[in-house]
Amino acid sequence: MSAYAVFAIAAAAALAGIGAGYWLPPHGRLAFRDRPRAVRRILLPFTGQAISRRSFEAAVRLAKAENATIMPAFLARVPMNLPLDSALPVQCASGMSLLEAIEQRAGSQGIPVDSRVGRGRSPRDALRSLLDAEHFDRIIVSAEEDPRRGLSYEDLRWLLERVPAEIMIVRPAPEDHRRISAGAVSGHF
Amino acid sequence: MSTSETTDRGRLKVFLGMAAGVGKTYRMLLEGHAEAQAGRDVVIGLLETHGRAETAQLGRGLEALPRRYVRYRGAALEEMDLPAILARSPQLCLIDELAHSNAPGTEHAKRWEDVEEVLERGIDVLSTLNVQHLESLNDHITELSGIRVRETIPDAILGRADEVVLIDLTPEALLDRLRAGKVYPAERIDAALNNFFRIENLSALREVALRQVAEEVGAKRLTTELLGSREESLAADAPQAVGERLLALVEPYPGAQRLVRRAWRSAQRLGADLDLLWVRPPGRTLSEDRENSLAALGQLASVLGARLLVEESDDVAATIAETAARRGTTYILIGGSRAPRGLARLRRPLPQRLMELLPGVDVRIVAERSRRPDGEEP
Repeated sequence: MSAYAVFAIAAAAALAGIGAGYWLPPHGRLAFRDRPRAVRRILLPFTGQAISRRSFEAAVRLAKAENATIMPAFLARVPMNLPLDSALPVQCASGMSLLEAIEQRAGSQGIPVDSRVGRGRSPRDALRSLLDAEHFDRIIVSAEEDPRRGLSYEDLRWLLERVPAEIMIVRPAPEDHRRISAGAVSGHF
Repeated sequence: MSTSETTDRGRLKVFLGMAAGVGKTYRMLLEGHAEAQAGRDVVIGLLETHGRAETAQLGRGLEALPRRYVRYRGAALEEMDLPAILARSPQLCLIDELAHSNAPGTEHAKRWEDVEEVLERGIDVLSTLNVQHLESLNDHITELSGIRVRETIPDAILGRADEVVLIDLTPEALLDRLRAGKVYPAERIDAALNNFFRIENLSALREVALRQVAEEVGAKRLTTELLGSREESLAADAPQAVGERLLALVEPYPGAQRLVRRAWRSAQRLGADLDLLWVRPPGRTLSEDRENSLAALGQLASVLGARLLVEESDDVAATIAETAARRGTTYILIGGSRAPRGLARLRRPLPQRLMELLPGVDVRIVAERSRRPDGEEP
């Protein structure tokens, strides 16, 4: 083989290498996570320091069955004496821990999670701002007798009447008091 | 209302009330007259008298621009003449009913958008608004009153107003005005009394309006205080951090939320400020998913009191180093990266490059919980 042929093969190999290097992420083509996917999105909104275990488990079962992403959403209530875009560190202290706990539990079962935070004058206002911004295929909410612990019956009726998504309202059984709280976070957070 | 000497944008003053008939338009006209008497060029861009003789009487003596007619589905609708206001270019323009929806075919769908354009031209504006038209309060007020208001404006419009003046009246006094025919014509009084103008409605609306204005005042005071402290920090010679300042490197994808939460908790423990930085590759459009993730990151940053910075660059390490130096960062948090592929294997890892570029700055790699071995999961 002549020196010329060796040089030509080496040059071609180098060009192929450069081309492959460019084509692989992060430059030439879309990274895996950027590719458009037809994944269903299940919104799991919560307001307080804990979330009904039944709601969470329903979301996990559906997500597994439908190859869906669970989107836990912390609904922060902005007091009337603060501007709507205020930082809310006190509420976030529990809300972020609970998001972390949900993410850990769902992640351990192989369910993709994509968290959200909504903010408004009331849980409903916060939820509406989320729903205005993005599309969700399903919404799973827990019916709470005490509106301080979540969405009120009025809020649930509003959801059913106004929101164009499949809505699953989970009613806890009388003996079912199991909840996932911020204390469920595993390890250092 | 003082003239705008320090900025090109006009000043917006809003007269806010709990309901129709409290005297917002009347008060706006009084202020218009006072400004005109003080020598300013005042024009009425739009006045809604609703047949109230006192209001119409007070409107006289001020130059009023004629309305224009817009054809819509065979009907001629009266609307404010925005081009005429801009052409006339007064110093102060009175524009009633900020939440009004314009007829199709006009420049903007909403009157508050017209007002924005007028303000952009450096014209000061006086306007009026009822509290139930505020977007965030719409549901709440529907619950209180049982009546849903269709015309709403974003809260930010009121937040950007230079002045908000509450026109307050007790519910009893408003009902007296209504019964005396000073709010609506005689044929509408009974219906109004039986629907919206019930004493319990008005009391609740009054409370909401009072709270809203108290909130605006509080927000303005906070903003002034914050601006003051920022000016003080800008006056410092060097951008050295006095305390700790964290910088978390994010990308708009779901896993970034967790990194931000961890960074925020660390910042809380250290009593530090938190910045989030995304070094965006130039010229790349985002998929819908990533747009959503970016918006969610922005919302998360805002609710946590962090600041989201987006810098467009190809050189990630250099941009991070430049931002960290500018912001006085003492601590950088990065997420675990995927194994490099292709020619990327030849590059030095980002943490190593940051350590070299930013001596004295701690670099922490935040572990991804989902990659922990079995048995360590919750």
